[in-house]
Amino acid sequence: MSYHNPPTTPRKSATFDEYAMSEIRRAAATGIYDIRGSGAKRKVPHFDDLLFLGASISRYPLEGYREKCDTTVVLGSRYAKKPIELKIPITVAGMSFGSLSGPAKEALGRGATLAGTSTTTGDGGMTEEERGHSKQLVYQYLPSRYGMNPRDLRRADAIEIVVGQGAKPGGGGMLLGQKISDRVAEMRTLPKGIDQRSACRHPDWTGPDDLEIKILEIREITDWEKPIYVKVGGARPYYDTALAVKAGADVVVLDGMQGGTAATQEVFIEHVGQPTLACIRPAVKALQDLGMHRKVQLIVSGGIRNGADVAKALALGADAVSVGTAALIALGDNDPRWEDEYQKLGTTAGAYDDWHEGKDPAGITTQDVELMKRVDPIAAGRRLANYLKVMTLEAQTIARACGKNHLHNLEPEDLCALSIEAAAMAGVPLAGTSWVPGKGPF
Amino acid sequence: MHSTNLATAPLHQANYAPKTFDLSKITLREFNQALHEVKDAAAESNWEVLNPKGSHAVAVGAEHAISIDVQGSVGYYCGGMNQNSTITVHGSAGPGVGENMMSGTIIVKGDASQYAGATGRGGLLVIEGNASSRCGISMKGINIVVRGNIGHMSAFMAQSGNLVVLGDAGDALGDSIYEARLFVRGSVKSLGADCIKKEMRPEHIAILKDLLDRAGISDVKPEEFSRYGSARTLYNFNIDNADAY
Repeated sequence: MSYHNPPTTPRKSATFDEYAMSEIRRAAATGIYDIRGSGAKRKVPHFDDLLFLGASISRYPLEGYREKCDTTVVLGSRYAKKPIELKIPITVAGMSFGSLSGPAKEALGRGATLAGTSTTTGDGGMTEEERGHSKQLVYQYLPSRYGMNPRDLRRADAIEIVVGQGAKPGGGGMLLGQKISDRVAEMRTLPKGIDQRSACRHPDWTGPDDLEIKILEIREITDWEKPIYVKVGGARPYYDTALAVKAGADVVVLDGMQGGTAATQEVFIEHVGQPTLACIRPAVKALQDLGMHRKVQLIVSGGIRNGADVAKALALGADAVSVGTAALIALGDNDPRWEDEYQKLGTTAGAYDDWHEGKDPAGITTQDVELMKRVDPIAAGRRLANYLKVMTLEAQTIARACGKNHLHNLEPEDLCALSIEAAAMAGVPLAGTSWVPGKGPF
Repeated sequence: MHSTNLATAPLHQANYAPKTFDLSKITLREFNQALHEVKDAAAESNWEVLNPKGSHAVAVGAEHAISIDVQGSVGYYCGGMNQNSTITVHGSAGPGVGENMMSGTIIVKGDASQYAGATGRGGLLVIEGNASSRCGISMKGINIVVRGNIGHMSAFMAQSGNLVVLGDAGDALGDSIYEARLFVRGSVKSLGADCIKKEMRPEHIAILKDLLDRAGISDVKPEEFSRYGSARTLYNFNIDNADAY
């Protein structure tokens, strides 16, 4: 018995993996970079890499179902005459009409209102659907200023100046022509069917000193009633938070790289910005250094999925979190019930991200009148409310186990990390040790 | 067709003294609050602001058909989001004068800094001196008339409305422009991406004549202007146009 030229097992490159090669082939065939929706899909250190310690002899827990664990949060108490009071510390993030269908926006408003929280407009102005069905509506003030007008500023409950977002810090928006219906075109003062670019910088201010004056102007127009949020992508969270506070923000919204977008370049989504987990502690440190922690509220977004994520973000120092992608999933986005149609689009349920093409089988990221009929705003709103309530219950369960009678009483000392990276980013000890890698000035 | 010459109309048509607000004695907040609480615009149509001394956000969010004379120069965002009011700045204006204005008229007797009329949706902004860079940036329906020159990157991403310049325009005029019309009487240092010189047709002469009349300008002729607008080659992404960005 002898062996001649024994074959080796075919080996594929770890560097040139299936996805990398398919992208090279796609780029070569089309000459255009890949555009998609959603946030970063690569694996990055996240809340799953943290664990709560729970109560023991040194801490005693609260009794579930009997001892209260408060979940309320007040946003905008620094300067606004009318701060926002929410029953739960989970808000719905800004998503535009244009990117989303009218019924989807209505469902977001209904769901948020049922759950006792706020929802947010997006880069396309305020629609009657969402204003009418949202008890508390945050109105985004974006570089494009599509649909911006003083009437809507005054009928908003808060105003969010968007400097950046986690999916694309430093990038503008893009709504491709196929989603520009008559109504979307009218709201954006542009011809139907053309690509609508949203600028990456505001047209009438640059830098933190100008921002301070811009905030003054908006406060004067709205008689200092509305909380002013400033939203930044997870780029330089310590300095961006400090500068937003200096400029006069009531609330800082900090969006990590897992935060979604309606459409931008794949290379932008996956390669610019920091993971949400890495952003929170520097932002909280900035607030603490300025003596403004809990005075200027911090809302964290980007990859929040469940009550554990909520509890971990709050334990690291956030006042509230915001959900976008998860809210769309609750409405019915990427639901396996539409698998046959996802297959026809060359994808599968759970992976569908060509939101910019307007062909969403779930009727959410589309302006197609037939597809959007698949969203029942009342039923979808109910699902969103259910989901938000479940997350709240989960966060309360964890907080009680840590002996806390308010979610805001959770603290970094309740956490440990499963990896060195997560320990360094979150500033909590590696599990089983007292080691906090990188502890020192940020 | 509008025929009212707003820029040269009598400032105080009523026979009673204007309501006067001296910003050296009251706060900006008190003035703007009063502006938002007008009960009867016809009965209190003439307002005067003294000692603005470069204050920011003067007369922002006005909603009523009143006349506001600002006696001096202002800082950022004077007349921001104006609706219906006629605001006259008897001095120069800082950045963002008339930003996002919806309607009404703003007249700057002196010069205007950057971003004049940014994202404006309607109304008429008249600058009797020069305007700096990014005049009419992202304009969405406003009419802007500048008697002097405008700076670089003016009418960047301008969506609709008219920008009239009696003097010269700086670099990259109308970069990434959509459907706004640009009329320049003097020279244009350079045009931005997708902005081209266009034929001046009779309907454009008529639009220009109306705007000049409303701005109180009678010493130039519409025929002396050139029209610029979008070549519309960048409206839908095409990789072969990538070099234009």
